[in-house]
Amino acid sequence: MKFLAGEFDVAVIGAGHAGIEAGLAAARLGCKTGVFTINMDAVGNCPCNPSIGGTAKGHLVREIDALGGEMGKAADECFLQSRMLNKGKGPAVHSLRAQIDRRAYSTRMKHTLELQDKLELRQAEIISLEKDEDGIWLLTTRLEAIYKAKAVILATGTYLGGKIYVGDVSYESGPDGMFPAKYLPESLEKMGMSIRRFKTGTPARVLRSSIDFTDLEEQSGDEPIVPFSYDTDDPGENKVKCYVSWTNENTKKVILDNIDRSPMYSGKIEGIGPRYCPSIEDKIVRFSDKPRHQLFIEPCGLDTEEMYIQGMSSSLPEDVQLAFYHTIKGLEHCTVMRPAYAIEYFCADPIQMNSTLEFREFPGLYGAGQFNGSSGYEEAAAQGLVAGINAALKIQGREPFILDRASSYIGTLIDDLVTKGCNDPYRMMTSRSEYRLILRQDNADVRLTPLGRKIGLIKDERWEKFNNKLAKINAELERVRKTVLSPTDELNAILRDNNTSEVATGIRLCDLIKRPQLSYDILTPVDRTRTETDRTVLEQVEIEIKYEGYIKRQLIIIDQVRRLESKLLPVDIDYSKIEGLRLEAREKLNKVRPENIGQAGRISGVSPADISVLIIYLSTLPKNGREKNNDN
Amino acid sequence: MENTIAAISTPNGIGGMGVIRISGEGALKTAENIFVSVSGKKITEMKGYTASFGKIIDNGEIIDEAVALVFRAPHSYTGEDVVELSCHGGMYVTRRVLRAVLSHGAKPAQGGEFTKRAFLNGKMGLTEAESVMDIISASGSQSARAAMYTMEGSLRKRIDTVRSDLLELAAHLAAWADYPEEEIPEIDEDQLRNGLEKCRKELTKLLSTYDAGKVMREGVDTVIAGRPNVGKSTLMNLLAGCERSIVTDIPGTTRDIIEETVMLGNVPLRLSDTAGLRNTDDIVESIGVQKAKERLLSAGLIFAVFDSSSDLTGEDRELIDLLEDAPAIAIINKTDLDAKIDSEYIKAKVKHVIFISAKNDKDTSELEKAVEEIAGTSQLDPAQGILANERQYNDAQSALESIQEALSALDIGMTFDAVTIVIEDAVNSLLELTGERVTDAVVDQVFSHFCVGK
Repeated sequence: MKFLAGEFDVAVIGAGHAGIEAGLAAARLGCKTGVFTINMDAVGNCPCNPSIGGTAKGHLVREIDALGGEMGKAADECFLQSRMLNKGKGPAVHSLRAQIDRRAYSTRMKHTLELQDKLELRQAEIISLEKDEDGIWLLTTRLEAIYKAKAVILATGTYLGGKIYVGDVSYESGPDGMFPAKYLPESLEKMGMSIRRFKTGTPARVLRSSIDFTDLEEQSGDEPIVPFSYDTDDPGENKVKCYVSWTNENTKKVILDNIDRSPMYSGKIEGIGPRYCPSIEDKIVRFSDKPRHQLFIEPCGLDTEEMYIQGMSSSLPEDVQLAFYHTIKGLEHCTVMRPAYAIEYFCADPIQMNSTLEFREFPGLYGAGQFNGSSGYEEAAAQGLVAGINAALKIQGREPFILDRASSYIGTLIDDLVTKGCNDPYRMMTSRSEYRLILRQDNADVRLTPLGRKIGLIKDERWEKFNNKLAKINAELERVRKTVLSPTDELNAILRDNNTSEVATGIRLCDLIKRPQLSYDILTPVDRTRTETDRTVLEQVEIEIKYEGYIKRQLIIIDQVRRLESKLLPVDIDYSKIEGLRLEAREKLNKVRPENIGQAGRISGVSPADISVLIIYLSTLPKNGREKNNDN
Repeated sequence: MENTIAAISTPNGIGGMGVIRISGEGALKTAENIFVSVSGKKITEMKGYTASFGKIIDNGEIIDEAVALVFRAPHSYTGEDVVELSCHGGMYVTRRVLRAVLSHGAKPAQGGEFTKRAFLNGKMGLTEAESVMDIISASGSQSARAAMYTMEGSLRKRIDTVRSDLLELAAHLAAWADYPEEEIPEIDEDQLRNGLEKCRKELTKLLSTYDAGKVMREGVDTVIAGRPNVGKSTLMNLLAGCERSIVTDIPGTTRDIIEETVMLGNVPLRLSDTAGLRNTDDIVESIGVQKAKERLLSAGLIFAVFDSSSDLTGEDRELIDLLEDAPAIAIINKTDLDAKIDSEYIKAKVKHVIFISAKNDKDTSELEKAVEEIAGTSQLDPAQGILANERQYNDAQSALESIQEALSALDIGMTFDAVTIVIEDAVNSLLELTGERVTDAVVDQVFSHFCVGK
């Protein structure tokens, strides 16, 4: 029998990486929040891979942390091995990645939710979602409990209509053998939402003792470790090693011989897979001239013998999987504990949402994570945070929280999703940001912590710590700009040793730091007035100085783009009635409904000529409220 | 008043009548301040679509006689109140009238501003506005205009090649940064440098043809000089005969001054000379050496005509002295008669000397060659694609600067992330050039194409 089981300000459907951040943010901002998970043991599960971060994803984690999110802290607490990727390729593309203890991470996150004030964690499958006559959302569980909520965040991951494929076998399932959310898709469609199928996959987990590590290349973590969170003072040490191996001609042969048994190639899976994270059969078919593919063998935790085979996800039948894993050096006799599988699920086209991740057609309904068409824990968490914040702000009658592309990777991610949509699972990459020399992982706090503070997610202690760091950076910047070093023999010897030109007159310290060949460390013997020892401060100063010219270039572009973005487009424009717009532009604009001219310009199919028409159209509208107050 | 703009709306240096257009709320009042009608009627009292004859007076001085045409909003070109003052004078007088208008409160109109206002006031669609731009920007002949269209296509191809080269480099750099654990080939610094170097060369080459391209598009202000009876008129007729489609032949305009735009080779020449042709014979005498010198020095090209059948006179020598270092062609005319002239003297001082019989010759190819050489268009093949306007030039220039910046970043050993963003800047500049990227400047750029006035 149906009964009213509870009332929330914000209800979050799903307790994966998106749901966690959404729930925590809403509760921390003072909203009574309910977080629903199909299985209490699946909170913060990592069914895809046992790692957090990676190129551009590491940036996202640091940004989430800078705004007051949880992911970075949990990753720091549960990491097994940490590496800064792309060292030597420049600070813009430095990316942190950590192997994590998957079970510990999940436990840590569940406990955090349990302890969070104003947050209730419930095990329940939501089977329907509707709005009552007062505009309140009604969520019905499988057990016929009804919850009321002012705002709902859909963070359903691969559970929504989930279906697992292993070769010829397929069955309805969520990830890791969980129940799928079987009934919710129908309810969403009934509401009038347009949803489609995507797919993703995961490789096998094999038993550690069955792997022969003798000839495998070891991969160790960094020393010292850089933590994800600006709150983490002592990151600890690496606890495990990873290993590298390669596919070979035999692997290729086994896969190609059995390719017809792949549900991807036989057409059984209709969902669209991630281009940037392909299965091994995809890689072998698409890059057929490549003799071998690299793979990584990674521990899943400290209290498990399961090892994750990164780079080898597959939807081939189990017997074929066994055959091809056994062709690989080190895995010749491996025991597969969990076979690889592909999973297909429902998700929404994010162009139905605006930059707050709220559906335009369904006020009070938000989407985050894989539900929005993205892939990756970090992408999910980032959206969850933004959706949670905005749901709370809206309920409290506050200004929406919108991050633009120039502010962050999170802003870039959301802007890409809501203006361009996505045709396959969206993965963040550094090349997706045009401002990557400014949006670095090292300065996420400088960029975003003031915003987090304004929203109310940054506590006093953290805020004070941040301001201290900022003051130190500024003081040190001033010092290196004012300090002049004499052309001593000692200095010139250092310059000579580092293959950079010697000096005949006094030179400012900052001009030396600017030289690519030099660094703080190299200059230590001659930099006698230095008192600052905080590495994070020195790092900021060094990058700011070294890349000053390039950063300035980017700032100029940001300024230009922000001017375009300050030209707001009224929500009720009927683009089909604007004279001069081309047909394709009219259709696209009506569909995406961009919030400003800048966004409109990024929609494919909208040309600069269309933009001129729009700008001129705007200038014919009455002035009031057309442009943001702080811009002109 | 601050919204009132004014400009000369007849093409510079072409046409015998000057029209000053004033548009905006204060247009009528501004015009009234400097225009006194014969009938005594004030401009602010005039109805739309009416005209009045009178005098332009500034600071008590009569500048010219003029007809004032009044258009009242919204029934005007711009949709605002408009006054058009048509005066007799050449450029000098027209400019003085404009100055008077500006000193009474109007602001100088920016390039394309009248059309922009017409557009904003709904008087004209975007495509219409663009076609206005096309018509007024093609100053050469029909054939020159047709060539322009081809040029645009080939320019696009040329830019696309550079862009795809740059994109390839950027894509490799991106893959290398985004997939540290895939086997993306390491970036070979030499290969990167060579790729950039190739783009740098191509853009440098493209930019170097801009001035010549501009000459082909906009023409050269050309003066025919020479003492009386050397055959300037005959030369003029010969040249005018070469080009049937004379763009300045506007019906109904009084041609006080003989000015022609003719095509010579691939260069449109605006042959203009007030003194030399109207008063036929006495440049040097009537205006004086100083004035003549000024006129010659301001010209883009000088045709100095000499009579082959007579000795060099003092006037000739004075003229020759003025030609040194100037973009000049000495034309030794009347080669059908016995030569008496000391042509070696001229050759010593003027680089381009050609011999012609303007009366008998139909072949101007030698003159064409000299003109193309001076204009820098001789080596220019528009079919290869050339930059069509200042906006394109600036975009190509900033792309080039970015490429140079990327190269110097490599030289000083900057990390590749910095190199990549500068390469991407170059790509963006090229996207702006071809109009594929939206920037804040889009509208302003579109409208700055428009000549003032139309």
